[in-house]
Amino acid sequence: MKTTRRRFLQTAATAAGAAATQELAHGQEQDPDHEHQAAPSDMTLRVKALESLLVEKGFVDPQALDAVVDTYENRLGPHIGARVIARAWSDPAFKQRLLADTDAAIEEMGFGGQQGQRMVAVENTPQVHNVIVCTLCSCYPWSVLGLPPMWYKSTAYRSRTVIDPRGVLQELGLELPERVEVRVWDSTADLRYIVLPERPPGTENLSEEELAALVSRDAMIGVAKAQPSREGGQA
Amino acid sequence: MFAEPWQAQAFALAVKLSEQGHFTWKEWAAALADELKAAADRGEPDDGSHYYEHWLAALERLVTEKGLTDPAALLKRKEAWAEAYRHTPHGKPVELSAALS
Repeated sequence: MKTTRRRFLQTAATAAGAAATQELAHGQEQDPDHEHQAAPSDMTLRVKALESLLVEKGFVDPQALDAVVDTYENRLGPHIGARVIARAWSDPAFKQRLLADTDAAIEEMGFGGQQGQRMVAVENTPQVHNVIVCTLCSCYPWSVLGLPPMWYKSTAYRSRTVIDPRGVLQELGLELPERVEVRVWDSTADLRYIVLPERPPGTENLSEEELAALVSRDAMIGVAKAQPSREGGQA
Repeated sequence: MFAEPWQAQAFALAVKLSEQGHFTWKEWAAALADELKAAADRGEPDDGSHYYEHWLAALERLVTEKGLTDPAALLKRKEAWAEAYRHTPHGKPVELSAALS
């Protein structure tokens, strides 16, 4: 969703929206005193206060903020992680490098690098299923998955995944046989994980690009499996 | 991703201030974790939709601790923005000078 962007400190569009709402509230009233704008939400005012003060003091450049938002809204996302996973499935030597030094392997593909974080890929096998969480806040492999889904940031997911991973996975639609060991990886500010899902059966003849289309965000979090077709797993 | 523009802006502020060395990402994560824990301790479980409210609270606290600004200045500026909205005619961009003039 591209709701955001644009000069946050000059909000003509927001103002017009507020104006429309207010006109509805005031019916057809033409009193000039009512032609001014309703203040936006408390959150909006607080962010505007913070940003305008920091910009004034030269601590931050508004264009640099725009660039950050553009990066996260338009450039980073699970399509990047999916390409990394598809490469690992297609190229055994790359897979070994990915598991041995995840950052270097991702950089090799021209991706990666945020907040000096270290990234570690954990491999699913028929015996082991991995799932990632951040129990303290919402640390997440941004550079390859973009920003996390809302449920990843929920109190329930953060608190319950470590205690009852099977139960959480079940609720998210992933049933695992008893014999499969579930490993939970708790991300931190400087160490983030990505799951290398199992390659689905029957995909031997697919190209790397076709394979990438099978890798969902949820599969790389570890709450789903990579699907043998495009269907499923993108909830 | 971002439900409202202010969330994107709060997000970008934290990322950029950290990149520029005003605080480390570790300090940021700790501040955010504190806010999330405080909310949970108050008995406010979150389905994730209030996440950026905690993010903003953490950011306000951290920039204050780092001396980049202070709570009184933030409050005063927030009131100035509210005032600017009230003094800006419909359809015109809201600028701070509307409140200051």
